[in-house]
Amino acid sequence: MLKIKNLHASIEDNEILKGINLEVKPGEVHAIMGPNGSGKSTLSSVLAGRDEYEVTEGSVEFLGQDLLDMEAEDRARAGVFLAFQYPVEIPGVSNINFLKTAINEAREKKGLEPMPAKEFLSRVKEKAKLVGLEGKFNNRSVNEGFSGGEKKRNEIFQMAMLEPKLAILDETDSGLDIDALKVVADGVNKLKSPDNATIVITHYQRLLDYIIPDYVHVLSNGKIVKTGGKELALELEERGYDWIKEEAVNA
Amino acid sequence: MASEEELLEEITNSEYKYGFVTNIESDKAPKGLSEDIVRFISAKKNEPEWLLEYRLKSLKIWQGMIEPEWAHLQYPKPDFQDLHYYSAPKPKKKLDSLDEVDPELIDTFNKLGISLEEQKRLTGVAVDVVMDSVSVKTTFKEKLGELGIIFCSFSEAVQEHPELVKKYLGTVVPSADNFYAALNSAVFTDGSFCYIPKGVRCPMELSTYFRINEAKTGQFERTLVIADEDSYVSYLEGCTAPMRDENQLHAAVVELIALDRAEIKYSTIQNWYPGSKEGKGGIYNFVTKRGLCMEDSKISWTQVETGSAVTWKYPGCILKGDRSVGEFYSVAVTSNHQQADTGSKMLHIGKNTKSTIISKGISAGQANNSYRGLVKINKHATNSRNFTQCDSLLMGNKCGAHTFPYIEIDNSSSKVEHEATTSKIGEDQIFYCKQRGMDEETAINLIVNGYCKEVLNQLPMEFAVEAQKLLEISLEGSVG
Ligand SMILES: Nc1ncnc2c1ncn2[C@@H]1O[C@H](COP(=O)(O)OP(=O)(O)OP(=O)(O)O)[C@@H](O)[C@H]1O
Ligand SMILES: [Mg+2]
Repeated sequence: MLKIKNLHASIEDNEILKGINLEVKPGEVHAIMGPNGSGKSTLSSVLAGRDEYEVTEGSVEFLGQDLLDMEAEDRARAGVFLAFQYPVEIPGVSNINFLKTAINEAREKKGLEPMPAKEFLSRVKEKAKLVGLEGKFNNRSVNEGFSGGEKKRNEIFQMAMLEPKLAILDETDSGLDIDALKVVADGVNKLKSPDNATIVITHYQRLLDYIIPDYVHVLSNGKIVKTGGKELALELEERGYDWIKEEAVNA
Repeated sequence: MASEEELLEEITNSEYKYGFVTNIESDKAPKGLSEDIVRFISAKKNEPEWLLEYRLKSLKIWQGMIEPEWAHLQYPKPDFQDLHYYSAPKPKKKLDSLDEVDPELIDTFNKLGISLEEQKRLTGVAVDVVMDSVSVKTTFKEKLGELGIIFCSFSEAVQEHPELVKKYLGTVVPSADNFYAALNSAVFTDGSFCYIPKGVRCPMELSTYFRINEAKTGQFERTLVIADEDSYVSYLEGCTAPMRDENQLHAAVVELIALDRAEIKYSTIQNWYPGSKEGKGGIYNFVTKRGLCMEDSKISWTQVETGSAVTWKYPGCILKGDRSVGEFYSVAVTSNHQQADTGSKMLHIGKNTKSTIISKGISAGQANNSYRGLVKINKHATNSRNFTQCDSLLMGNKCGAHTFPYIEIDNSSSKVEHEATTSKIGEDQIFYCKQRGMDEETAINLIVNGYCKEVLNQLPMEFAVEAQKLLEISLEGSVG
């Protein structure tokens, strides 16, 4: 469903992504790990369509479409969801209104009527339960005054509401206590289906105990330098990244 | 300068003359402003002598005044001799039901999405429509009448309830208050009048829609709302104007009087033609709005303004009675070449008085938005409080926001808090919304609505919806 080929991207003339190749098929879970500053968030921003980044080379295909040719909102409507590393606060806009607007706008573009209030509310109830929010934040402003962990849970809640085809979770686990981590992982697992795929960006193998990846990739200095199964995450946890960097240099 | 007495003398002794007697039947006064014009208006409206005197006195005061200059407003000064000060629309008969209203007018309202029929069907909104200068229609009057509530056009009040008008007119905004108030006091043609008797809670929102219709007619509305002891009223004022090229002057005066333990909520949606994108045309809006609060009373001003080329307006409260409360909630949007200099004045005179000012400015395009607030706490107004929050949101790089708070406290037991923020609409916020599938336009509307939430929440439900729509329309295409 996602084919990234030789992707190069830069910001303000600094090349951050230096030739990424990655293929994600429906039903798969990919983990991306890598040192700070290696370009993980950049990759997710580029995929989501943030226009500060300039793609200088390469291509990205998503469900047969040229993803790079689409506006951010069209990518979202096509099924790309990004759980932000740093979710943004929108004062005065209730969570519920935010989601209603997002869902109905996507429906409108597909020529559908707005979702009936009853259906919407029962969906809210169901999905909130999934991430252990139970309607707690419905009337609070989007992320405003939320704790770090609450923001992350809210991202997963939004993901559950929007039912994306491809979810990119950018360090959704950081800042979560162990119980919240289980809840979030549980939520992600329940949303898994043979039709959708997940890219999990993380620093900790801990999360991968709960969300079992099919592949683990190591991103270093703008390139995927190693790919393996879930045991690679364990190895990274033990040995750090230096040995991989060396391998990459020697290769 | 002549004393008041001499002025009165001069006025009462001067010959009752019209420079254009033959035109008394005409629907329009000739251009220009003079004693003759004032007499013409007064005669046309069959006013009592005391009101004519009031007008003439105001005219004298106005003639002695100089049009003020505002540091942050730039516009060609209106030529006061090039305006018509009176005009009446074509259908002249008093109407009892909607069926009798000019179908064209109904059509216009339908276009604006504020059809009278709808209004009438809605949860009991009484509508008093002012088309140019003459009241065309008053609804729900009987229902209000049962409670002793008077809600009618100003001219009607002058005829039917002269004692109330005489007692309160000019007591909150005296003619000499400022240039535009003096002008209005001399030539006001119509407006609304409302009186809520003692202990009565007005069961419905009282609503007035204004519309400027005829070219080159300055409209000078006069509104007087009196809430007698222990009463309550919520009053809505909304206006729209069609596109036009020539600047139209609008100088209204609104006076609110809340007697002991009374409460007045006064909400405004102001949506006049702001001028073209290039800055041509648009309405000049110079309004004096003020409320007087007696003991334990409360007045709240809420306004959402998106219109006018130039806006100059400072709704305020005189907190005269002990423990009285004044509130001001405002959203002012300026885009393209619009200019706004608005704010609030809170005058604390009574003890333990409280005021709150929440002002949200939004500037887009090349617009300029200034907040000018005065909070004055008198020596005897002990233990008084003011809280002011003044936020500016900028969209793009060419617009500006300015804040000018003036604070004077003359006693040591009172406290004033002032908070001000200026922010740019965040790229991060917009991207976040887009990532959830929203268009840029939708994202901006959502963010702006959130930013204005505290103010929009003060509006009655239907009005809040309308206000949101207005914000959307006025910010269309302002970013990107
Ligand atoms: N506006 C910018 N100008 C210059 N460099 C930038 C800019 N934005 C990001 N970078 C750089 O791009 C590199 C990659 O950043 P990115 O956020 O993608 O890293 P990351 O792998 O997500 O790191 P972390 O693990 O800390 O989240 C970093 O070196 C960062 O400093
Ligand atoms: Mg990152």
